[in-house]
Amino acid sequence: MSLDFLSPVILGLVLDATLDTLWMVALSAAIATLIGLPLGVFLATSGRGELFAAPAANRALGFVVNATRSTPFIILVVAIIPFTRLLVGTSIGTKAAIVPLTIAAAPFVARLVEGAIREVDAGLVEAARAMGASPLQIVLKVLVPEALPAIVLSLTLAIVSLLGFSAMVGAVGGGGLGDLGIRYGYQRFMPDVMALVVVVLIVLVQLVQSTGDRLSRRLNKRLRHA
Amino acid sequence: MNAQTRIEPVEAVASAEPAIRFEGVAKTYPARGAGGAVSALCGIDLDVPRGSVLGVIGRSGAGKSTLIRLVNGLEIPSSGRVVVDGIDVSSLGGARLRQVRRSIGMIFQHFNLLSSRTAYGNVALPLEIAGVAKPEIRARVEPLLDLVGLSDKRDRYPAELSGGQKQRVGIARALATRPKVLLSDEATSALDPETTRSILDLLASINRELGLTILLITHEMSVIRAVADHVAVIEAGRIVEHGDVFDVFTRPKHETTRSFLGQESGRALPAIVRDRLRPEVQPGGSAVLRIVFRGPHATDPVLSQISRELGIDLNILSGSVDEVAGRPFGTLVVGVPSDPATLSRVQVFLAQRGLDTEILGHVS
Ligand SMILES: Nc1ncnc2c1ncn2[C@@H]1O[C@H](COP(=O)(O)OP(=O)(O)O)[C@@H](O)[C@H]1O
Ligand SMILES: [Mg+2]
Repeated sequence: MSLDFLSPVILGLVLDATLDTLWMVALSAAIATLIGLPLGVFLATSGRGELFAAPAANRALGFVVNATRSTPFIILVVAIIPFTRLLVGTSIGTKAAIVPLTIAAAPFVARLVEGAIREVDAGLVEAARAMGASPLQIVLKVLVPEALPAIVLSLTLAIVSLLGFSAMVGAVGGGGLGDLGIRYGYQRFMPDVMALVVVVLIVLVQLVQSTGDRLSRRLNKRLRHA
Repeated sequence: MNAQTRIEPVEAVASAEPAIRFEGVAKTYPARGAGGAVSALCGIDLDVPRGSVLGVIGRSGAGKSTLIRLVNGLEIPSSGRVVVDGIDVSSLGGARLRQVRRSIGMIFQHFNLLSSRTAYGNVALPLEIAGVAKPEIRARVEPLLDLVGLSDKRDRYPAELSGGQKQRVGIARALATRPKVLLSDEATSALDPETTRSILDLLASINRELGLTILLITHEMSVIRAVADHVAVIEAGRIVEHGDVFDVFTRPKHETTRSFLGQESGRALPAIVRDRLRPEVQPGGSAVLRIVFRGPHATDPVLSQISRELGIDLNILSGSVDEVAGRPFGTLVVGVPSDPATLSRVQVFLAQRGLDTEILGHVS
């Protein structure tokens, strides 16, 4: 095995690709959270007899979420090319990749947030109602704060998945680490670049996961802290 | 006096109107899935006088929680009205209902504290919900933590508090909006006896000092006895007995009430008697008679009188003198010779002196 990948040129490429990936994932995670969080809260509170009871809307949204989630990511990327072009003016490159990444991640975040909210003890909602809280106050002062440790873990999971997806958009010219791995590692037969890309992705996933775990634990006041 | 740190007593309203009134209330939960409709409450008429403590006792599933949840509109009656402080709660909705709920505090069996907030934060929550300004919240929360004896736990999270401390936070939180009525749904059922005692003492002092009306539900007579002025016994959605705690304790009418009183002081028989007790007369044996001494008669020397005036000697099997709702009452279980003439002379003698008797059975 050659040690070519230690050359400054290769390292520079990997660094650039890493920054592209981070940028793509960070932006799509942020937008997906902005969309997924309220959708998740809505999914968790709009069932029959619930806080914002709207069973029809709940079912419709649930269907859209399920449909998006069951579409293979690579098909989603291709299928929404016209939409992507409309939105960012191009369908290739890092900027274009953010659109399918966000669309894939938002329903995922929504389902995870829904689960986190549903885990909140119904007794707390009852207590808040007894205090005269409005449904919105219940969401903002009870449900979200109580579910926050679980929501943080959900977002961590979503970011890790996005790292994987972002490597996949490389296959359709999306830029970032996946793109680098395919172009150099596969098409130019440089397995060491491929290996370095994989190592960087592993490190990123580890960092994201451990940061998320630590943050969630810090927020979780149900545990006794020393 | 520092006006900011004082906890205002609820102002007395110059009307005889009860704090809470149930008028012909019924509640049926609609059928869901395979299960049919459940009639949880039926024909409930009940008043909770202002400033009093009414305890509702019943077994699991009797309808206690449904009853209490009607008071703050967490449930809507299927028919009838629930009137709190002159307002028909069952007819309200939306913002108006939320506003009324702020004048009704509630505490729960499992405390229902937010794990993400400290003791202070939990007590502040109802005030935040009511839109009270930060400095005012501070001025109200601190004395409340003081009142429940938790000033030093101000910044502790619920996970760092004991059950009793959590319920104290729950009580402070329920009082934060200065309610006129406090609802307690099995507030001590998850606590050990000693902690239960201290929580009940706290509720009693809140009732006394703030003049708060308390409606509490429980499945334990000891809770009723410790704090309630009035008691209602609920069974299968109906109130089967209702009255002054002393009267119900000393003259229970309904079978359910008796069984709840079963282990209360003076009512438990010594094992040696209980095991030999038979429903039918034992020839040559004794009838087991329970004599209840109420109030002024609690210390009458009736046994020696019976012995002297009737020439009948009674065999004392167990006895106790106790206090319920601040009034003394005694219970004596005696063996009386089984022959009908003797037994009836004893009963007549006791009845003439205003004492209640009950034949528990016979022993050989
Ligand atoms: N939300 C509900 N839906 C259907 N049935 C209910 C509901 N809440 C209570 N019930 C039923 O009503 C009856 C009384 O319940 P509850 O008031 O909780 O009793 P308790 O508090 O005395 O144990 C029970 O049979 C219970 O199963
Ligand atoms: Mg109950």
